[in-house]
Amino acid sequence: LQESESETRLDGETASDSESKSEFGGSSPVPTSDDTPEVLNRALSNLSSRWKNWWVRGILTLAMITFFFIIIYLGPMVLMTIVMCVQIKCFHEIITIGYNVYHSYELPWFRTLSWYFLLCVNYFFYGETVTDYFFTLVQREEPLRILSKYHRFISFALYLTGFCMFVLSLVKKHYRLQFYMFGWTHVTLLIVVTQSHLIIHNLFEGMIWFIVPISCVICNDIMAYMFGFFFGRTPLIKLSPKKTWEGFIGGFFSTVLFGLLLSYVMSGYRCFTCPVEFNNDTNSFTVDCEPSELFQLQEYNIPVVLQSVVGWKTVRMYPFQIHSIALSTFASLIGPFGGFFASGFKRAFKIKDFANTIPGHGGIMDRFDCQYLMATFVNVYIASFIRGPNPSKLIQQFLTLRPDQQLHIFNTLKAHLVDRGILGSLEDA
Amino acid sequence: EVDLEERLHELDLRNDSDIPDVPPPTDSTPEILKRALSGLSARWKNWWIRGILSLAMISGFFLIIYLGSFMLMLLVLSIQVKCYHEIITIGYRVYHSYDLPWFRSLSWYFLLCVNYFFYGETVADYFATFVQRREQLQFLIRYHRFISFALYLTGFCMFVLSLVKKHYRLQFYMFAWTHVTLLITVTQSHLVIQNLFEGMIWFLVPISSVICNDITAYIFGFFFGRTPLIKLSPKKTWEGFIGGFFSTVVFGFIFSYFLAQHQYFVCPVEYNSETNRFVTECEPSELFQMKKYSVPPLLQTVLGWETVNMYPFQMHSFALSTFASLIGPFGGFFASGFKRAFKIKDFADTIPGHGGIMDRFDCQYLMATFVHVYITSFIRGPNPSKLLKQLLILQPEQQLSVYKTLKSHLVEKGILQPSLRG
Repeated sequence: LQESESETRLDGETASDSESKSEFGGSSPVPTSDDTPEVLNRALSNLSSRWKNWWVRGILTLAMITFFFIIIYLGPMVLMTIVMCVQIKCFHEIITIGYNVYHSYELPWFRTLSWYFLLCVNYFFYGETVTDYFFTLVQREEPLRILSKYHRFISFALYLTGFCMFVLSLVKKHYRLQFYMFGWTHVTLLIVVTQSHLIIHNLFEGMIWFIVPISCVICNDIMAYMFGFFFGRTPLIKLSPKKTWEGFIGGFFSTVLFGLLLSYVMSGYRCFTCPVEFNNDTNSFTVDCEPSELFQLQEYNIPVVLQSVVGWKTVRMYPFQIHSIALSTFASLIGPFGGFFASGFKRAFKIKDFANTIPGHGGIMDRFDCQYLMATFVNVYIASFIRGPNPSKLIQQFLTLRPDQQLHIFNTLKAHLVDRGILGSLEDA
Repeated sequence: EVDLEERLHELDLRNDSDIPDVPPPTDSTPEILKRALSGLSARWKNWWIRGILSLAMISGFFLIIYLGSFMLMLLVLSIQVKCYHEIITIGYRVYHSYDLPWFRSLSWYFLLCVNYFFYGETVADYFATFVQRREQLQFLIRYHRFISFALYLTGFCMFVLSLVKKHYRLQFYMFAWTHVTLLITVTQSHLVIQNLFEGMIWFLVPISSVICNDITAYIFGFFFGRTPLIKLSPKKTWEGFIGGFFSTVVFGFIFSYFLAQHQYFVCPVEYNSETNRFVTECEPSELFQMKKYSVPPLLQTVLGWETVNMYPFQMHSFALSTFASLIGPFGGFFASGFKRAFKIKDFADTIPGHGGIMDRFDCQYLMATFVHVYITSFIRGPNPSKLLKQLLILQPEQQLSVYKTLKSHLVEKGILQPSLRG
């Protein structure tokens, strides 16, 4: 019985009764204090502790969602910066947990090395993606051109420097700790940095590919919680005792519906559906284009089964809405596994939240744990089903080949086109 | 209070009491060698065993080179699997986690997934014509990333479902251990194979340079060693380090000179769909054609020549040997630190006298990545077959417009005659 009590406390609703959770003695760098703003404290002072927590969570949720809308309004550049900040904060949170677990806060050099590796990996990723999108800008400026041409070599050299510094910093008494922290840093980089760059890739594809997935995950969180609250009966998984099958299924259907509606509204606006491009003349980001066929209304026949239910024979939808079903399904069915993973992680290392950044919610990682799988899925989905290779990029690569290679490719392409009847064999142009 | 103390102690990994003692090293020397060397003292016996095994490994290496690229690929794959197994086994021992539910299957499953992903990305490029002919393979290639991701996700979900209350921490440790190991062994082995496809010389020269550096640094250290190099490996000395550096550079020069003359080593490996075999036949690129270089005035007096005939590749071999001698050893120090951290003498007992496969390959990993980055940055432009593959996926209208652009470009440069139809 005591086990389940401590479990519910770990998973628990109250943010402020965590003073007993300083597991690591008095020298823990992560305080578990109540950092709800004074203003809220006073406003809610006469409510009971449980309702107070509800209100705090609710207000902060609204604040975060409003903030999200403001940033979307401000445009892609601000969004990129926000993603970058979230990434750094998540990295910091997970590394701090590592320090606590291994009491390794005073390891020589280690804090510097962690931040250095974060910088290296970010430099590598930004260099790979940014050069694609800012191609003409980069080609114009000489120093940027050299940095871009030898980008992989420079990134590798920077990483190697960090690696050698690590090896030189190995101290006899602390070998194991240092290796643990090295491993911990790399796994964290793998999770945090790669996912955040995939999010930025998705963003450049079109803001709708950024907004719809993230909103679906948030919606699923909220809906599953509500359905669980009102109808929850059958527990879902031992790892998170508060999740229920009713919440899971209710959340799934609501999220799919929400996804369809949100996509419908967003597909009408160019600023959401157009790929983000960098305009060299105005030196700013533009989202202006001819909407692709994904975002043009089409008539779909309703399957006979649903016709009687819905009463229509055909319906006008955007093709993107079909894709949104796939995205919502993933957000509802597989996304929660990211949450279970994070719960397991917190139980394994006996922490209640990743940090105390957001009152009532915990750390940034607590809010973003389901998003990571989602970002990868969207990126893989786009690469596999939506976007083909970029023709202008292919032409650029072609122009750097040797003449005999160019000729070989040209002839193969010609044979292929003739084969498919796209090019008549007698045509010359 | 007691509960808190217990939890603190459980999580306090600073004391090394939970690392089990190293099991006594089993002597895996074959009987035959033992009988032949039974008369010698223990120290000389160990020397002979090491020597004989070194020669055996080098001969094995030459044999496989002779057998060709495909065998080399298989060899690299086997080594990768064995290294992975060795490191994972160490993890089991460190965490007493051999009996964790599902974990052994999950580790092998993740290895399979990541290999599938990498092989699909690289191999598909080289086998483009083979793949084009078969419908099912085309489907697998087109949706390759999605399929790989789905496979990985399945493993991830299985991991989450396998979390057992008492073993959370161990399971997370093994999960992370598995991923870091995959990062080290699988990515590097695929970089090695990509280097191999660029031309066997890009595979042979780096590996031989590292081996040469190991051996010559040891020999120089044995005869002249006085000043210790780094606290981590007390047997390494500065004399060995510097002597090894110069010998490796010279070795690299000479070895490249010999290899650069044969098409077998110099040409990119290509798959011939008609004969269903790998062929290495081509017009050697300008890297492998003799050129006259003027010797700088400084060296002219020393060498007595004014110009020298060299392959441009030998210049690159200079960079490769330098990396092998100066930075390669850091891979060795990293492995030494790892072994001390986890109180093991060798990664495993696979090779008598030498330890495990990882012990032989610890310096090679950094080298493989360096060679790959070097090739992509300084030698090779984009990969033509990959470019072709992407062209063939485009929409027909896009293909047509690209075709027209390419045609006008080629005509402009005079590579294509406008009147010819072919």
